Amino acid sequence: MRCRFEVLVTLKPGLADPQGKAVEASLPAIGFSNVTDVRVGRHVRLDVEASTEAEARAQVEEVARRLLSNPVIEDFRVLETTETDTGP
Amino acid sequence: MTIATPRVGVITFPGSLDDRDALRAVETMGGEGVELWHADHDLRGVDAVVLPGGFSYGDYLRCGAIAGHAPILDDVRAFADRGGPVLGICNGFQILCEAGLLPGALIRNASLRFVCVDVFLRVETSQTPVTSELVPGEVVEIPVKHGEGQYVATTEQLQEIEDEGLVVFRYADARGEVTERANPNGSIDNIAGVRSPAGNVVGLMPHPEHAVDPDVGPTGGQPVIASLLASALAGASA
Repeated sequence: MRCRFEVLVTLKPGLADPQGKAVEASLPAIGFSNVTDVRVGRHVRLDVEASTEAEARAQVEEVARRLLSNPVIEDFRVLETTETDTGP
Repeated sequence: MTIATPRVGVITFPGSLDDRDALRAVETMGGEGVELWHADHDLRGVDAVVLPGGFSYGDYLRCGAIAGHAPILDDVRAFADRGGPVLGICNGFQILCEAGLLPGALIRNASLRFVCVDVFLRVETSQTPVTSELVPGEVVEIPVKHGEGQYVATTEQLQEIEDEGLVVFRYADARGEVTERANPNGSIDNIAGVRSPAGNVVGLMPHPEHAVDPDVGPTGGQPVIASLLASALAGASA
């Protein structure tokens, strides 16, 4: 079966996020002066072919741990899956 | 009796920019530069390994992340485990952190701006293959040029780094005072370079290989490269 996963990689709390700060600083210019605590992360979508969803999820967890995130600076979450219906 | 020449390998990754300068710096200081290729499983019997600056695999994911899994990194890891001297400069530093050979990580400069400037570094330890010819407290002038050079670490890592004396260089002023003003990228505790607990793996953001020729700028890289050559020679004859 083919399973679709979404991995959300976010900077660890407390770690400075210059990119988030830059986004936040530019918001007043388009009329939003009430937005704070902007933090930028990364969203990765991937399909995995495996015999069970549990097996696929375990592989995604490993991919996220070993490559998609850096444990020193980032946390990750593997989000709800939906089995994909058709091809690419 | 023959006078041995230390052989220093410089790995070229797709996107490396400073591999030529690193080879040239090694040769200028009296060593033999040996070209190494990221996709090979071959260190060609070198006495020391340099991971140069520039970029690697586009740094598409995080700087150094994909290169941290390059084939030759298996060999670098084995070489490091045997006590061989390994130096990562700029992107090479990022790669060594991503590969888990050095503690910490490098993120976007606090200013969000690329910095290209000559900086002063205060030497914190001479117990590394790149500072053996320097004494703690000594100041060297070397350029930095990077967009992602802000050194960070987890609270536990930072504790270990400071307790175990793993900081090799700190950004300082010309007199060796570690000040906020002297910090070009927001690195925690002004850390410019660190070593592994065993001491033989070192990474730093500034570029010693760009600072060996007095015709083109400061020469603070000379004692760093000279130390590396001496360490390489010591390992080769051991």
